[in-house]
Amino acid sequence: MRITRYAALAAAAGLLLAGCASEAGNQAEDAAENTAAVETDVSFDAGTTMARLNEAGAITIGTKFDQPGFGLLNPQTGNPEGFDVEIATLVAAKLGIDAEDITWTETVSANREPFIQNGQVDIVVATYTINDTRKQVVDFAGPYYEAGQDIMVAKGNPDDIAGPDDLAGKTVCSVEGSTPAQNIRTNYPQAQLTTYDVYSKCADDLRNGNVQAVTTDNVILTGLIAGSPDDFELVGETFTKEPYGIGLKLGDTEFRNFINDVLEEAFEDGAWAEAWDKTAGDISGTEAPEPPKVNRY
Amino acid sequence: MSFLADNFPLLRDAFLTTLSLAVVSGICALVIGTLLTAMRVSPVAPLRGAATFYVEIFRNTPLTVVFFFLAFGIVEIDLQFPTRFITAVAALALYTAAFVSEALRSGINSVPPGQAEAARALGLDFRQTLGTIVLPQAFRTVVPPLGNVWIALAKNTSIAAGFAVTELTAALQRLTNENANQLLLVFLAIVVAYLVITLPSAWLIGVIERRTAILR
Amino acid sequence: MTTSSVLFDVPGPRARRRHRIGSLIGGLVVLALIGVALWRLGANGQLDPARWSVLFDPNSGVPQALGTALVNTLKVAAVGMVGATVLGALLAFGRLSDHAWVRVPVTAVIEFFRAVPLLILILFCLLYLPTIGLRIGAFGALALGLTLYNMAVLAEIFRAGLLSVDRGQREAAFAIGMRKWQVMTVVLLPQAVRRMLPVLIAQLVVLLKDSSLGFIVGYFELLRQARSLVEFFNFRFGDLYTFQLYVAAAVIYIVVNVLLSTLARYVERRTRRNMKTAATEDVELPADVQMGGGGGIATP
Repeated sequence: MRITRYAALAAAAGLLLAGCASEAGNQAEDAAENTAAVETDVSFDAGTTMARLNEAGAITIGTKFDQPGFGLLNPQTGNPEGFDVEIATLVAAKLGIDAEDITWTETVSANREPFIQNGQVDIVVATYTINDTRKQVVDFAGPYYEAGQDIMVAKGNPDDIAGPDDLAGKTVCSVEGSTPAQNIRTNYPQAQLTTYDVYSKCADDLRNGNVQAVTTDNVILTGLIAGSPDDFELVGETFTKEPYGIGLKLGDTEFRNFINDVLEEAFEDGAWAEAWDKTAGDISGTEAPEPPKVNRY
Repeated sequence: MSFLADNFPLLRDAFLTTLSLAVVSGICALVIGTLLTAMRVSPVAPLRGAATFYVEIFRNTPLTVVFFFLAFGIVEIDLQFPTRFITAVAALALYTAAFVSEALRSGINSVPPGQAEAARALGLDFRQTLGTIVLPQAFRTVVPPLGNVWIALAKNTSIAAGFAVTELTAALQRLTNENANQLLLVFLAIVVAYLVITLPSAWLIGVIERRTAILR
Repeated sequence: MTTSSVLFDVPGPRARRRHRIGSLIGGLVVLALIGVALWRLGANGQLDPARWSVLFDPNSGVPQALGTALVNTLKVAAVGMVGATVLGALLAFGRLSDHAWVRVPVTAVIEFFRAVPLLILILFCLLYLPTIGLRIGAFGALALGLTLYNMAVLAEIFRAGLLSVDRGQREAAFAIGMRKWQVMTVVLLPQAVRRMLPVLIAQLVVLLKDSSLGFIVGYFELLRQARSLVEFFNFRFGDLYTFQLYVAAAVIYIVVNVLLSTLARYVERRTRRNMKTAATEDVELPADVQMGGGGGIATP
């Protein structure tokens, strides 16, 4: 029974290692508490999406699971954390739904529209840039934040990249299906674009020197830098506008108006700024910016 | 159909990338796999052990994991491939070599032991027996399995899409994002591109198999 | 290893000494390579026990997450396997049919699913099927993709299994007046199934390997979970645990698969000892099928 012996050995080694507590384990208690006040006494017109969700007392929300500061899955709680998650929880609270009754579904860049269209999720809050192509298949509430494309380089900026025009002839990494990748392809064809499915691989490649820069929305880059402040830095100013909206089913105007009202109220009463401070703002160390203006198109 | 014309350069480059990935890593895998097989039947026990260990490890590891380690793991031992294309070739070749070896070994086992015994009785040594009697016959019986390994390899190149190689599957992912209203057409184009590689290969294998078949 | 023993003489004292010296040198080279690798890992701080302890520290949530992910991996593989076995058996019967209108389309289905990359199949299930009203999540897309290609592979294996039963048995069954389906179900299938069992287990290994493609469609199997953990820790600790987490996922895959392979070999030895299966020939999983992703194309 050699296998049993090996297993026993491995278990012993595991116990030994478990003895020395890991840094990751010690920080487990830091998980952010959710404080959005849940509306208990709300009523909606019969037949609306709001009434249906309120009745069910549950909602399915699509978000990113891999973006620090906006939507990042916490394996210790099994739930995502970040600014997008806070905003979505606010919306759910106004529908009279507890945070525990939210089902979080991962939506990646490639499946957000299909997931909304066929009802696998009720809303999508996932660093989702509002643009005209997407408006043809889904509706957007918001924007609730305006990001912009920026560039991240290795610490010390060894290649002297100050802006997108300096990317010519350089290797730059981004994620397939994202608006920044598309922007590089169309407007800066001289740059050699490498694409992955997630930004963490881009960050690895930048660390290893396989690429000279990583480009995407500034807030996503800030999240990547937060973990490795000694390895990466941001350059220059943002050079695009990426208004983040909440995606919902095309033509559900009542629901869209409702979410817009929720957002405007949150802009007013400080709930929005509070959400920013404990997530994305906590990472970047920046004050909450001026909230954007909701676009009721 | 306009999207086909619009994206022709992308599709053509992606197709050529897939094809060259399959061809280059196929050749490398054949070389490594043949070496492994020779080791597995050699009289030196440690060589046999090492080759068997290699095959066992790769048989039980997902190709995706092999890719991960060559792309992001070996940096930790201060190694790195110059480009992502070469990383993909290395991953595919190392992985496929194990299965080339499996195919060759079953081919060798299919050569009746009497043949090797006769060769030995004539006084041929290990190298001569293997090189002039067993392998030439084994290679014939392994044409179909080896060909199938090659086809499987051609399909497995799709995993390189997750590792920054713009081959057909990566092109598919880009096109589905940009042409969400013509999904079926996008899939059709990519599937046809793969079939252009796999179906003629299958046909060719059939032809070679019939040409080289030996009566037993 | 039936032939290898006749390929060379039993080595004499001098050859044995030569082999010993060669083995010693080879062994030293291998040890030196491992040493260099460990040294570089150590120099990069990757062998620090604090980095590895995260894998066993329940407070970090890592052991639980990897455990759940292993269950997810096994779950999708099990669903794919059951679906593929049932459909594969049906397709195998279809391909052995005497009627061309059954045989030809079934053959086309089998060939098609073996000629298309698995990843494309999974992406098709995930991206296209919802647009025609078929609600399918990441789990569904992965399970369906695995089912479709495996059913094609298994259909061929089943067919080979049915054909491997000694011809005399079939002829004898026909001679005593059995109908075709009786011959199939009463005579051939029971014998073939016994022979198939180790091959089915071996195919499960292939399926487990292929389930790792779930990381592309966002299904939380081992590799996707490892990546998710890496992303989570990256944002607090940089790449402190990246290497360890990926190694852990790989080791779990390898251990589970080696155990399954061992089981397959054990079952095979058992069946071979059993005299009742003497009428069938060995059916082995072809090398290309072991590669995953559907292998090559079935040659008729």
